[in-house]
Amino acid sequence: MMALLRALLALLQRDLLLAVRRRQDALVVLGFFVVVVSLFPLGVGPDPQLLRSMAPGVLWVSALLATMLSLERLFADDFRDGSLEQLLLTPQPLPLLVLMKILAHWLVTGLPLVLISPLLGMQLNLDGAEIVVLMTALLLGTPILSLVGAIGAGLTLGLRGGGVLISLLILPLYVPALIMGSGAVDAVMYGSSPEAHLSLLAALLIFTLLLAPWAIAAALRIMLD
Amino acid sequence: MMEFLAMGGHGLFVWGSYGVTLLVLLGEMIWLRRRRLALRRQLARLARLQGDSPS
Amino acid sequence: MAQPRVQWFKFSSPPNFYDLSGRLIPWFGGLAVVLFITGLYTGFVVAPPDYQQGDSYRIMFIHVPAAWMSMFLYVLMAVYAAIGLIWRVKTAEVMAKAIAPTGALFTFLALWSGALWGKPTWGAYWVWDARLTSELILLFLYLGYMALHGAIEDRQRAANASAVLALAGVVNVPIIYFSVKWWNTLHQGASITVTSSPTMETVMLTALLLMTFACWMYSIAVVLWRARLELLERERRTKWVLERMGGKA
Repeated sequence: MMALLRALLALLQRDLLLAVRRRQDALVVLGFFVVVVSLFPLGVGPDPQLLRSMAPGVLWVSALLATMLSLERLFADDFRDGSLEQLLLTPQPLPLLVLMKILAHWLVTGLPLVLISPLLGMQLNLDGAEIVVLMTALLLGTPILSLVGAIGAGLTLGLRGGGVLISLLILPLYVPALIMGSGAVDAVMYGSSPEAHLSLLAALLIFTLLLAPWAIAAALRIMLD
Repeated sequence: MMEFLAMGGHGLFVWGSYGVTLLVLLGEMIWLRRRRLALRRQLARLARLQGDSPS
Repeated sequence: MAQPRVQWFKFSSPPNFYDLSGRLIPWFGGLAVVLFITGLYTGFVVAPPDYQQGDSYRIMFIHVPAAWMSMFLYVLMAVYAAIGLIWRVKTAEVMAKAIAPTGALFTFLALWSGALWGKPTWGAYWVWDARLTSELILLFLYLGYMALHGAIEDRQRAANASAVLALAGVVNVPIIYFSVKWWNTLHQGASITVTSSPTMETVMLTALLLMTFACWMYSIAVVLWRARLELLERERRTKWVLERMGGKA
């Protein structure tokens, strides 16, 4: 058991180290998120009331698209230099290894989205309570986006135009997370409690956490056999 | 006959949906037929090649 | 489902499947035509106009069967994909690939007829009604499946990869449906209250069932037809294909 834990932590540490060295990838995703959210007021008009009512949807869709952007790189580099195949050959269970890679990916791209969302919330003039719910919803939601997105990344490994294909494969699967995530902030804005939305989002997270690694492991085995 | 087609004023909508359904179903069958003929020609040619040059 | 399934293992071998489905297609095709004619006759001539919607409700006789078929075919596709993925049954993989286009077409028909039915009834072509919205998402799932299947050159790998996607999709279909339904009731601000299909007189119900079975028979015939072509393409190097290629395909 200890060996497994050490292997997992080693993989996590390796991925985080790689991500820190290539900070540029994470910053691009973050930059994309900020730019997309800031574009909406230019498109829709500065009326604060309108922006407030649109804020949850805008923030969540932008977070979704930002995660989508970063998915292609999740396995691509390891696939190219062959280390992904090594990963498949290790005795450790593949779903757990894949989970570590996704945890690293989430720490590098998902978490920053959560941390910067208050800034953008204020830009769309959400007040304090709403921003707190927004952050909790994103905290629960972005791992789902990474997990489900990794299925798409695994399935489109090594394909030309894989990046665009991922969005077509995965966006329909993002719908429940999007609805519950933006619904939570919406509920707070209209005075009712976001309890229901957040608990459903947490349930969805647990459900995805249990099933997605198997699907990703299967996808990797298929694409790399 | 005319009032049948009029469908109580909603003729456009009713025949619009049934017309498109007919087009789609026929289109699917025609598409399959075309694909069958092309495939048969291709495979027949392959059979001939296989036939006179026993690999 | 009279269609030959895997439980007779003899018919899962490509040549047997090819021959058997070849014999069955005309029967299913004929049955579909008969059912369509009787269904349309009962739906348009026998059934009275609806007291509320007048005649526009007759679109229901194609909208509801198409919606049912689109969901049923997606689940069936996922079942075949699972069989192909787990037990490596080639004919199951071919069936899964053959179902997708017909399923996507039925989804499109459901959306199209839903929109045309919505205009006279609710006053708008597109209403973010829970069922229509999940039908739209189902269409994206179909397109994703077909896109992935087409994007991978190696047939075996394409079949396996899209099988994983189909299974991920089928697990999500209920979740998507309930979250959309929940989302719709929360944002029920829209004044349009969704009228369920009009109270069903028996004659309307019979027309609906006739049309549903007609669409079902049609799907079996078309899917088997496409499956045979897929099988020929996939097995073109084998002896049994060359034998049959001498004769009629």
